[in-house]
Amino acid sequence: MAERTLTVASTHGLHARPAALFVKTVTDSGHTVELQKGERAINAASILGVVSLGVNHGDEVTLRVQGDDDEAVLDQLATFLEKDHDA
Amino acid sequence: MMAAATNANLLQGVGIGRGTAVGPVIRMPDPVPQPADTASERTPDEEAQRAREALTATATQLRQRGESAGGTAAEVLDALAMMAEDPALAADVQHRTEDGATAEYAIHAAMGSFRDMLVGMGGYLGERAGDLDDVAQRAIAHLSGLPAPGVPESETPFILVARDLAPADTATLDLELVLALVTTDGGPTSHTAILAREKGITAIVGASGAAALQDGDIVLVDAEAGTVERDPDQERVDLALQRTATLEAIRAQSSGPGALADGHAVPLLANIGSVDSAREAVARGAEGVGLFRTEVLFLGAEKAPTVEEQAATYREVFAQFPGQKVVVRVLDAGADKPLAFLTDQGEENPALGRRGLRALAAHEEILRDQLTALAQAAAGSDAIVQVMAPMVSTAQEAQYFRDLAHELGIAIAGVMVEVPSCAILADHVAQHADFMSIGTNDLTQYTLAADRLLGTVATFQNPWHPSVLRLIETVGSAGAAHDVPVGICGEAAADPILAVVLVGLGATSLSMSSSAIADVRAELSMHSLDDARRLAALAVSAESAEAARAAVLGAIHP
Repeated sequence: MAERTLTVASTHGLHARPAALFVKTVTDSGHTVELQKGERAINAASILGVVSLGVNHGDEVTLRVQGDDDEAVLDQLATFLEKDHDA
Repeated sequence: MMAAATNANLLQGVGIGRGTAVGPVIRMPDPVPQPADTASERTPDEEAQRAREALTATATQLRQRGESAGGTAAEVLDALAMMAEDPALAADVQHRTEDGATAEYAIHAAMGSFRDMLVGMGGYLGERAGDLDDVAQRAIAHLSGLPAPGVPESETPFILVARDLAPADTATLDLELVLALVTTDGGPTSHTAILAREKGITAIVGASGAAALQDGDIVLVDAEAGTVERDPDQERVDLALQRTATLEAIRAQSSGPGALADGHAVPLLANIGSVDSAREAVARGAEGVGLFRTEVLFLGAEKAPTVEEQAATYREVFAQFPGQKVVVRVLDAGADKPLAFLTDQGEENPALGRRGLRALAAHEEILRDQLTALAQAAAGSDAIVQVMAPMVSTAQEAQYFRDLAHELGIAIAGVMVEVPSCAILADHVAQHADFMSIGTNDLTQYTLAADRLLGTVATFQNPWHPSVLRLIETVGSAGAAHDVPVGICGEAAADPILAVVLVGLGATSLSMSSSAIADVRAELSMHSLDDARRLAALAVSAESAEAARAAVLGAIHP
């Protein structure tokens, strides 16, 4: 399992369009991914789960990826979260 | 109902605008009934299977619609599809079917719990909560063999018949294909009517008889007469289309400032709420702004924006109207648009509560800040800036507001006449106001004691009602006697024929959605002030709104 903690860069956090794009990236990877903010961790393939975390700009979140090639998938997802998609 | 509705094929409603349209009906499916929480007669496995299948089918259908729509609609529909096949939702649904729920109820309840969570988070997410209802309704419709809810799809132009349209429906409506809108519920201030007016779509609202129309029926929609006619004669169709063509020709020729046939000037102003709508108003030939709604700048804010923030926005709007009048309505927090920092919570009867100027007087610092910001923005602008107070019910309130505005550097301050007491005592109010502006939507709501947001009493919300017209006449006379201008800034001014009547009652300027200006300008140019007064006299002496309108139309087209 690969794990990383990072800061979300998107101006409007992980809502609506950026959330949908993120979940799409997760499901396309075919890996089991967990997203955690504070105490709460959710299945990152669930748009309702991701949206319900209420991730805002500048929030610290932790990503956990399981499966082959987990480091590469983690890199891809981390890059996504560290980019401002509303810019 | 009116006498005209004797023919079973002729349905009566309230016309929006004055266009005509002929075409086939497509009905908007009624909302899917809410599934009951009854024990399933199938096994939990069967129900789980049904639920999975329905959600997958819904996701596929949404994606297909998205692909054919393209652009932003595709993104929105794709996000909905993701909700339909969401693993967290699937787990919740599965859990409920295991407990013996039907697939329908499991989907309904699971979506409901996610929706409540989103609503609880507020803001943008709260606004998207309705999307979940949409997804659930589609899946439940699939399970029940009902047509999918929402705007039906068509490749060819059609006349949309619906109970009423919600904002979500109109967002996905392809206006290019909609020849006309017909609703069975809702009145002239319903969302459908407002949309139709804004976009210039021919519409009839509140035509209860239209519930009997079927997909594929050919109908003639005549907004001026307020009728929907099934299987019309070719002769009637030709006549209607010819009249529309004539009107369009007149409209195309009319330009410049608003005036009656005898040259009597009636400035045509725009109702705006943002910098964008200000630009639109300029493009459509508005001679200024009769109602600048400032709530939009504040909605969703936890506290009032600072004087500097406000002044910057006001400056942008004023810059669009050099040398012209811009009438700014100070914050109108109310029943339909509460503001966290201004609206009292838990009023049983918010339309009759501490709203409008009453709320501002209770939080005077907010009013002072807004007037200060307006004065600052006005000082550096070429626009003629005036302010007015909403929901004024007494002469004392008018005096309070004008004194405060003058103290803070705004020279022209008036009142909105929306409360009957203010209209009845207009001769006193006029002595404490630099102008009066009649808000016909609220004046109608308060005169007929009918909540303008409540569909079941929508038929009362008709500004043609002689009781409303008599109050307007009282204000018009008081304005003339005291040399105080009387404007109209409700939806009534956007109805071209009613606009003529309003001028006859003493209105000196008319303010409306800018899309209505061309039609109103064209109609005014066909009547003299004497004509307008004669028509007004007919309207105020009628027994009902329908009779008033019929009498005026009869006099114009004998």
